[in-house]
Amino acid sequence: MNARRLLLAAVISLTAAPCSSASAAEPPPGASSCSGCHPAQAGVDTSLRPLAGRPASEMGALMQAFRAGERQPTIMDQIVKGFSDAELAAIAAWYAEQKAAP
Amino acid sequence: MTRRRATRRTFLKAGGAAATAALMPLTAIAQARPRVVVVGGGFAGATCARFLKKLDPVITVTLIETNSTFTACPFSNAVIAGFRDLAAQQFTYEKVVGDGVVLVTGTANVIDPQARSLTVGDGTKVNYDRLVLAPGIDFRWDALPGYDEAAAEKMPHAWKAGEQTLLLRRQLEAMEDGGLVAIAAPANPYRCPPGPYERASLIAYYLKTKKPRSKVIVLDAKDQFSKQRLFEEAWKKLYPDHLEWVSLSSGGKVISVEPATNTLVTDFDRYDAKVASVIPPQKAGRIAELAGVADRTGWCPINPATFESALVPNIHVIGDAALTGGMAKAAFAASAQAKVCAAAIVRLIAGETPVTPKLINACYSLAAPDYAFHVAGVYHPENDVLAEVEGSGGVSALDAPPAMRALEADFAKGWFNTVTGEAFG
Repeated sequence: MNARRLLLAAVISLTAAPCSSASAAEPPPGASSCSGCHPAQAGVDTSLRPLAGRPASEMGALMQAFRAGERQPTIMDQIVKGFSDAELAAIAAWYAEQKAAP
Repeated sequence: MTRRRATRRTFLKAGGAAATAALMPLTAIAQARPRVVVVGGGFAGATCARFLKKLDPVITVTLIETNSTFTACPFSNAVIAGFRDLAAQQFTYEKVVGDGVVLVTGTANVIDPQARSLTVGDGTKVNYDRLVLAPGIDFRWDALPGYDEAAAEKMPHAWKAGEQTLLLRRQLEAMEDGGLVAIAAPANPYRCPPGPYERASLIAYYLKTKKPRSKVIVLDAKDQFSKQRLFEEAWKKLYPDHLEWVSLSSGGKVISVEPATNTLVTDFDRYDAKVASVIPPQKAGRIAELAGVADRTGWCPINPATFESALVPNIHVIGDAALTGGMAKAAFAASAQAKVCAAAIVRLIAGETPVTPKLINACYSLAAPDYAFHVAGVYHPENDVLAEVEGSGGVSALDAPPAMRALEADFAKGWFNTVTGEAFG
């Protein structure tokens, strides 16, 4: 009985999630700022790489390397220091799920 | 037979529902599609309108903007210094409209927060559920004796890019070698804190290469400014004979101007400039005052999580007009605020609680075409303002090799293309 209830709750929460338009597409805290430099659109003339569709593990490792001072410090090392590990992981996971611009 | 009747009954029922819907009052239908109106199509407004549509296509998003072309301020100092075309600064709203945003070309001039409606120039009334004001800045024409709109035609501010930018460029081009160029920099707060110093740098670059017996002087109402040590390092290295900065405590504050003679008056001196760029004190764009969202400072206090006005409900203020606390009045900040505001509005309309946001600002300044540096920061709501997250942010390193300055000049160009692309491209 308890197991069934749990299952039901899980099904409800799964089906309920997409109904909320706000939470479906909404980026986690901080993520929406990134696309001011890392283009979300195709064809933007910049040497900075887009983030959409890149593996979360790759982006997470890069941000940790910036934080640890293992990459050439420019601007990212100063930006990642404004985020917790959990926030950085959420940002990486969200961008990994986004479709890369065609 | 039975099945057919059933089908017919279903059909009739559906027809009945449609008839009922047709009889529903217009307001009920309107409520089914939430309406958000954005006033001002700069970095903040255009980005917000597009993100609202992206996050919730059901919302009817209307963008009200006076001009059919937007002229961007970042990089406009390069236009003044003659190494960039104004056309590279200009954008239209075609892609914004392509995203499903309704564009109204006109000036909003009456807002009724009770009725949640506003009136555009020709009398057109627009209703909203939530209103976003992104009016940028206006000048305080009464703040600097002698400096009014007519004086700006003689001593251009060039602090709203466009004709003023070209006017200042033409004046520099027409100046004979050996002339004095003066820039009057205002006290805080104002649009683009490092802007006057970037302008001084790039004018010095122009003078050094084209009119080497000339000089630019900055008359400042402050003792400290954004990216100061980086600018001073660059000036020492690049323009030791072409640029001078006079701080507030050295008597730099301009207290009046005399446009007839291009004279800038300070407490102790009079500077007769051949070319003068006067950047006057500023306030939130005019519509903020009309809406009642500006306080006595002339800027707009906001809730730092949603950008909803602290003074008038259902009105949000983003970009240069907002009093954010720690975030500078800058294009990237405006863009970051626009996206957070759009997400908050979508949640508020859905009856959900907005999330606590984090915002990034990234801002580059050029000291020469291939010499740039940055300031960056991460911000979050704290004590009713957006405060910098402790330990985050900073500026470019001092004593960096030329290759690093050149790399940041490349980043700066990419920054411009990306942040304008997000708003207009």
